[in-house]
Amino acid sequence: MAKTHVTMKVNGAEVEGLVEPRTLLVHFIRENLQLTGTHIGCETTHCGACTIDIDGMSVKSCTMFAVQADGSDIITVEGMANADGTLSALQEGFRMMHGLQCGFCTPGMIVRAHRLLKENPSPSEPEIRMGISGNICRCTGYQNIVKAIQYAAAKINGVEFQEAAE
Amino acid sequence: MNDLTPTREQRTAALEGMGCKRKRVEDIRFTQGRGNYVDDVKLPGMLHGDFVRSPHPHARVKKIDDSEALKVPGVLAVITAETLKTVNLAWMPTLAGDVQMVLADGKVLFQNQEVAFVVATDRYEADDGINKVIVEYEALPPLVDPFKAMDADAPVLREDLVGKTIGAHGPRKHNNHIFEWTVGDKEMTDAAFKKADVTIKEMISYHRTHPSPLETCQCVCSFDKIKGELTIYGTFQAPHVIRTVVALIAKIPEHKIHVIAPDIGGGFGNKVGAYPGYICAAVASIVTGKPVKWVEDRIENLTATSFARDYHMTTEVAATKDGKVTGLRVHVLADHGAFDACADPSKWPAGFFNIVTGSYDFPTAHLAVDGVYTNKAPGGVAYRCSFRVTEAAYCIERAMDILAQKLNMDPAELRLKNFIKAEQFPYHSALGWEYDSGDYHTAMRKMMETTGYAALRKEQAEKRAAFKRGETRDIMGLGISFFTEIVGAGPSKNCDILGIAMFDSCEIRMHPTGAGIARVGSKSQGQGHETTWAQIIATEIGIPADNIMVEEGNTDTAPYGLGTYGSRSTPVAGAAIAMAARKIKAKAQMIAAYKLEVHEDDLEFDIDGFRVRGLPEKFMSMKDICWAAYNSVPPGMEPGLEAVSYYDPPNMTYPFGAYLCVMDIDVDTGVYKVRRFYALDDCGTRINPMIIEGQVHGGLTEAFAIAMGQEIRYDEVGNVVTGSFMDFFMPTAVETPHWETDFTVTPSPHHPIGAKGVGESPNVGGVPAFSNAVNDAFSFLGSTHIQMPHDFWRNWKAAKDLGAVA
Repeated sequence: MAKTHVTMKVNGAEVEGLVEPRTLLVHFIRENLQLTGTHIGCETTHCGACTIDIDGMSVKSCTMFAVQADGSDIITVEGMANADGTLSALQEGFRMMHGLQCGFCTPGMIVRAHRLLKENPSPSEPEIRMGISGNICRCTGYQNIVKAIQYAAAKINGVEFQEAAE
Repeated sequence: MNDLTPTREQRTAALEGMGCKRKRVEDIRFTQGRGNYVDDVKLPGMLHGDFVRSPHPHARVKKIDDSEALKVPGVLAVITAETLKTVNLAWMPTLAGDVQMVLADGKVLFQNQEVAFVVATDRYEADDGINKVIVEYEALPPLVDPFKAMDADAPVLREDLVGKTIGAHGPRKHNNHIFEWTVGDKEMTDAAFKKADVTIKEMISYHRTHPSPLETCQCVCSFDKIKGELTIYGTFQAPHVIRTVVALIAKIPEHKIHVIAPDIGGGFGNKVGAYPGYICAAVASIVTGKPVKWVEDRIENLTATSFARDYHMTTEVAATKDGKVTGLRVHVLADHGAFDACADPSKWPAGFFNIVTGSYDFPTAHLAVDGVYTNKAPGGVAYRCSFRVTEAAYCIERAMDILAQKLNMDPAELRLKNFIKAEQFPYHSALGWEYDSGDYHTAMRKMMETTGYAALRKEQAEKRAAFKRGETRDIMGLGISFFTEIVGAGPSKNCDILGIAMFDSCEIRMHPTGAGIARVGSKSQGQGHETTWAQIIATEIGIPADNIMVEEGNTDTAPYGLGTYGSRSTPVAGAAIAMAARKIKAKAQMIAAYKLEVHEDDLEFDIDGFRVRGLPEKFMSMKDICWAAYNSVPPGMEPGLEAVSYYDPPNMTYPFGAYLCVMDIDVDTGVYKVRRFYALDDCGTRINPMIIEGQVHGGLTEAFAIAMGQEIRYDEVGNVVTGSFMDFFMPTAVETPHWETDFTVTPSPHHPIGAKGVGESPNVGGVPAFSNAVNDAFSFLGSTHIQMPHDFWRNWKAAKDLGAVA
């Protein structure tokens, strides 16, 4: 099948590649770019494990062709850590609040939460729950993911994190 | 001592041992996308394989034409049952003593059954090839309803079994019959029913569902023709068992098979068994000489690999008029699908369903289970459950509520009246188990006090009166569940898989500088073993958990273990870890005695080293002992500091818990709201409270999904109608309730550290709590039992059937 040349910026670096028109963006990222942090859980746009950030929007990369992302600016979970290599507030929040178990949904969840906090720096619990409702987690029951995002929001906003009483 | 000398508390805290909410070491890589899951494995020249699957639930395969597929660019091979027959692998043994087609051999027996395996240079080309394989079928009548499986005119499903009157578990009554399993004293139980003041009888169904971890089942197989070695990376909850199974069926010497289970994206029982994809990828690698990857997609996962439950339980309880239970009689019709691929210990065709007497002191009980074949996917795995325990817990917890309703008694009061008492442990149940420890009354009362149970009942009574007066359309339900689990399979006297006793193992190797590695036969799929196993060792030998690296999943390096499922890791592997650590400690004590120039009996262990009794200043730290182990051991002693333990548990462990669900349901829409969910778990000694809480949250969420909508459903002609996350209920953060957790601690008396395991308790206990809440809500309108799952539509239908909705 004829291939198309695409270029995009991924985690700050210019990348390019030859893809078939039918190549899914998630496969381009995982197979061509070897960035395997972005996962595939359903291939039907339900689970959100493949969530990446494209031009300031959360997108499920299993439901977009690589050619559609030509020229775009992408952030994946590999681009989430701080510039000095330390864990970002969100990554730290997920660890501190036990917001992950098997780790399979985690990349998509963190990338989604990153955009959520850009859109709404101080979300309420219902806003967080609605904000991550495109991402399925089978392990945690979400409660500690909510806390992880609250932890990160507090840290980014420079306020003390207060864990809600049960 | 000066101010810089750490206190005992500081020394203990520095270890991050048992009881500590240690943050997980796994999270450093997982939060950065640096995990290594099977689909991340890429080997040079790797090919991809994918399946042609049957659209029919029951059909004869007349012809498979692969000629057009082989012309597709990139397609290298199409493997069929005929190919597999040349290596005697067209069928494979199941864990339950049955056989299963790897690829359709003459017939297909369920929709989406594997028919042919297309191997191509990438996954897209494999898919192109699939579309070009032409299969000619002759449709046969499907058998969907398990209650019709043993009718005289039922279609013959398994032609390979025609005329075989004895199966793996005894006599078969019909060609679609797999086994009948009976336990208990029938005569005494029948007599109890004859004498009873009150009896109840209800058919309680636990519908078919699916574990559906977020990562599907997958593998990469690589056969090295020169060395004759097969390497398999796979999503395996039990990698060592997979290696043995491959050695037995592929006739490759076991030492030439390397099974590696890397990071696993959730298992929940789905990744215990062996699936056709593994066999086909291995054969494809042998045929092509290249590594072959197989990655299941979600639809394949839901429709082909390992469903759970599908138990139809006719349940009878006998009791006195004041509510003392006197007998339990249960008959189960178990729908196993097309092949009996249940993942149970080999001698247990219905798992540990005979825990069905639950938390109650039944003087007598009788159980019979009939397993049948239908045109559905094979499986019967323990979805976050220890081998049919969740079915058993659902059965008895629903039955107790139904009995309470008949007696007009509060269900909490009925339970308190019938609990096994703390002083009765170890308790021998009527169906043959020895419960190790428990204090049910304390747990139940703590639940009732913490939740304000009495006040909730009062509110419910007022709401019901208001409903009857037409002032509200909401009904309120209180769902109690008091479950007893049976986990930690298990003692070699009654538990094996294909003849291998269900022990587990640990090897600890301490290095000279006081750091070490522990290799364990279990395999985490998200449970956090790298974190918690190090905590056990930290407390046992006094080396900080941060200095212990835990490794699992590589059969070349880890000692043989039976893997992680059925909440067995902590009861079995956790015990092996403690025992291996104690061997290290015993040798360390001899070394310390030699270095401190005292008799070893004069030493006592003190947090992180050995101290001479009565001479507190004479102390040698474990760190220093590690160094000494490599340069100055006592004369005659071998240098080094390592130990191996294989632990054969003397008994199962019996975690328990008291749950309460408070639910409101709008009868006009069927929409429910979980107002409150309280879960008290007693899992014995608690290793890491943070991880326990996480396990409980996750298990409750899965229980919520199952009870309230998650179902693998077939239409009347055998089509799966819940084949994607669009139709298969997968709760998001929005639907998922808020969880309140609590605990009591009743250690296991036979476990080295008193721990019992917790992973599946919330699923086992959660499902009855949700279902009892729904049933309790509707009970005052005249219903006794409404089948799960309780989705909005079924709730509305129940209200309508009861005349509450016009």
